[in-house]
Amino acid sequence: MAADGNMKPAKKLSLKENYAMLTRGLDWEPTYQKKEDIFRMIDFEGIKIHDWDKWEDPFRLTMDAYWKYQGEKERKLYAIIDAFQQGNGQFNVTDARYLQALKIFLTGIVELEYASHRGFCMLGREFPGAGPRIAAQMQSIDELRHCTTQIHAISHYSKYFEGMANFPEQFDRVWYLSIPKSFFEDACTSGPFEFIVAISFAFEYVLTNLAFMPWMSGAAFNGDMSTVSFGFSAQSDEARHMTLGIEVIKFLLEQDPANVALVQKWIDKWFWRGYRLLALLATMMDYVLPKRVMSWGEAWTIYYEENGGALFADLARYGIKPPKYADVTIKEKGRVSHEMWSVFYANRDAVNFSTWLPSEEEMAWFSEKYPDTFDKYYRPRFEHWRQLEKEGKPFTCKCLPQLCQVCQWPCLYTEPDDATEFLHRETEYKGETFHFCSDGCKDIFADEPEKYVHAWLPVNQIYQGNCFLPGVDPTAPDFNPLVEALKYMGLKPGVDGGLLKDSIDAQRWEQWTSRPANIHEGAYTDFVRKTTNG
Amino acid sequence: MPVKAIAPNYHGDFKDTQDKYHGQQLISLCWEKHTSFGWPMCMPVPPEMPFGGLIEKVIPHIFGDHPDFAKIQWDQVQWSTSKGPFVPDPAKSLAEHGIKHKHQIRFRTPGLDGHLGGG
Ligand SMILES: [Fe+2]
Ligand SMILES: [Fe+2]
Ligand SMILES: [Zn+2]
Repeated sequence: MAADGNMKPAKKLSLKENYAMLTRGLDWEPTYQKKEDIFRMIDFEGIKIHDWDKWEDPFRLTMDAYWKYQGEKERKLYAIIDAFQQGNGQFNVTDARYLQALKIFLTGIVELEYASHRGFCMLGREFPGAGPRIAAQMQSIDELRHCTTQIHAISHYSKYFEGMANFPEQFDRVWYLSIPKSFFEDACTSGPFEFIVAISFAFEYVLTNLAFMPWMSGAAFNGDMSTVSFGFSAQSDEARHMTLGIEVIKFLLEQDPANVALVQKWIDKWFWRGYRLLALLATMMDYVLPKRVMSWGEAWTIYYEENGGALFADLARYGIKPPKYADVTIKEKGRVSHEMWSVFYANRDAVNFSTWLPSEEEMAWFSEKYPDTFDKYYRPRFEHWRQLEKEGKPFTCKCLPQLCQVCQWPCLYTEPDDATEFLHRETEYKGETFHFCSDGCKDIFADEPEKYVHAWLPVNQIYQGNCFLPGVDPTAPDFNPLVEALKYMGLKPGVDGGLLKDSIDAQRWEQWTSRPANIHEGAYTDFVRKTTNG
Repeated sequence: MPVKAIAPNYHGDFKDTQDKYHGQQLISLCWEKHTSFGWPMCMPVPPEMPFGGLIEKVIPHIFGDHPDFAKIQWDQVQWSTSKGPFVPDPAKSLAEHGIKHKHQIRFRTPGLDGHLGGG
C-alpha cells in the first residue's frame, strides 16, 4: 500500500478487454524481418485478405480460460473411464459385433484426429492474423486431446479383445485405411486457406454431425459408456470447431469478391472428399452396429439434405452454390452402405475387423429403410451368399481392386442413374491412364493432376512388390505378394478379419459372457447354449 | 494449372509407371452388370499374354464361381475399353490389341445380368 493511502487497485478488465489483451494484444508488428518472409504460405493460393482485424472471433476464449475449462472436462472423463474399467464395462456392450465397430473407429478415425492436430498446428503458425492463429492453436490442442482420449477410452477393450493393439501401424499399412489417411494428407499438403475450408468448413461444419451424432448415439444404444463419455467431452470442442468453420467462410467471402470462386472450388472438392470418407460410416451405421440408431439414408436426409440445404440457402447471398455433385450423394444414399458391406464381406480376410451376413430380420429392416433399392439389388446377393455359407464355401473375392486415384476407394460405385452398372471414369495425363470412382474425384484430379499422380495406392504398391516385411525375398520362387502384403499390414488370419463366427473375439465373448457374439445370429458356441437352456 | 504449390513448376513423379512392374503391366477387368463382385479387378499380366489366356485362365479364376458364369456363350460376349468396342483375337497378345498399362477391359454378357438381379 502506498504511503499516501491513495492507491486504488487496478480496475478489473472486462471480458472483452481481457480477451483483446490476451489475443491481439500478444501480437506485434515485426521490424527485423519482413512480414512476407515470416508468413510465406499465405499468398500462393490466391486468396486475398485486406484486413485481418475484420476477423470476428466467434468464441472470445482466452488461453487461460481454455486450459482451465479443458482440464475440468479431462478430469471428469477420466473418472468415468476409471469407473467403466472397474465395472468391467467392456462386457456391457451389446455383443462382439459391436467391438468390430470400435476397431474401424480406432484405426480409421482416431488417427485422423491426430492428422487434424498437425494441420491446425500449421495454421497456428501460418496465419498472419492473431485471432485466427489462436483459434487454430486451440483447435490443434483439442484434436490432440481427442486423439489421446479416444485411444485411452478404447484401450481398455484392447486388454480383452484382439485386433486393437497395432492401430498406428495398421493405419499406415492396411489398404483401405489409405482412404482416411490420404484424405488428411491431401488437406495438410494444401495451403492454409484450403486446409481451413476443407476441414473447418466442409468437414466439421457441413459433415461432422453425420459422423458425430449417429456414432455417439450408436455407442449409447449399444452400451458403450466409455465412447459416450468421450463424445460428451468432445462435444463442446466440436461446437467451437463448427463455429470456426462458418466464421472462416464468411470472413474469406467478405474480404474480396475474387475469393468466392476459390472458396467454391474448395467446397466442391472437400465436400466430395468428405462424403466419400463418410462411406465408411454409412457401412458402420447400417451393417456393423448391432443396435441401430437410424439408417444412413435417413441420416443423410436429415443432416445433409435438410440442414445442409438451409446452410447453402444462407450462403447464396455471397454467391456460393451448394456443392457440385450433391445430387449424386442423394442418388447414392440408398446404395453406398450395401455396396460397401458387400466388398468388406467378400474381402474379409484382408481387413482388420470381422464380417458377417445380415440376418433375415436385419434384411427386413433394410427393406423397410431402403424400399427402392434393397430388395431389388442387394437382398438376392446376400441370400445367395448365405446359401454358399451354408454349403461351406462362402463367397470370396479373388482379386484386388482397381483404385480411385484421388480418394483411393476401390472403384466400387455404380452409375448415379443405374445401380446395376459399374461406374467407369478415367483420364489420360501425360500418356498414362488414371481411374476414378466418380465424376467428383475425376474433377479433383483434372484440377491438380500433379498432386495426385504420385499417390501411394496400396494395390499398385503391392503389385510392385513394395509391401512386405524386411527379410522377405521378393525374387524367391514361392514369393506371394498377396500373402506377404497381409503380413506387412499386420493382419493375422483367424484373428483379424474373417467371419465373425470363426473369430477369436466371438469365441471369447461367448465364453466370458454366456451371451451371443452376434445378437442377430444366436449362439455360435456351446457356452451360450449351456446357460440359456438351463 | 497442374498444381498450386509454393515452388513454381512443381512436378509429382508418377508412382505407377510400367517400368516399376518387373516386365508386367497392370490391367483392370470388369464383368459388366456383375456388381456383386464389388469392383473392376486390377492385376499385373505380361503384355505378351495372348487374349485367349485371359479368357481361359484369368477370367475363370476370378469370376468362375458366379451362377451366370457357366452360361456364358463366349462368341456372344461384347468386349470394350474406354476407347470403344473391339473384337478380340485369342491368338494375339494384349499388346497387339492395343491394351496398354493400366487399361481397363470390360466384358458384357447380354441376357446374363447378374444373379436374380443382385449383380
Ligand atoms: Fe476432433
Ligand atoms: Fe473437430
Ligand atoms: Zn474417388
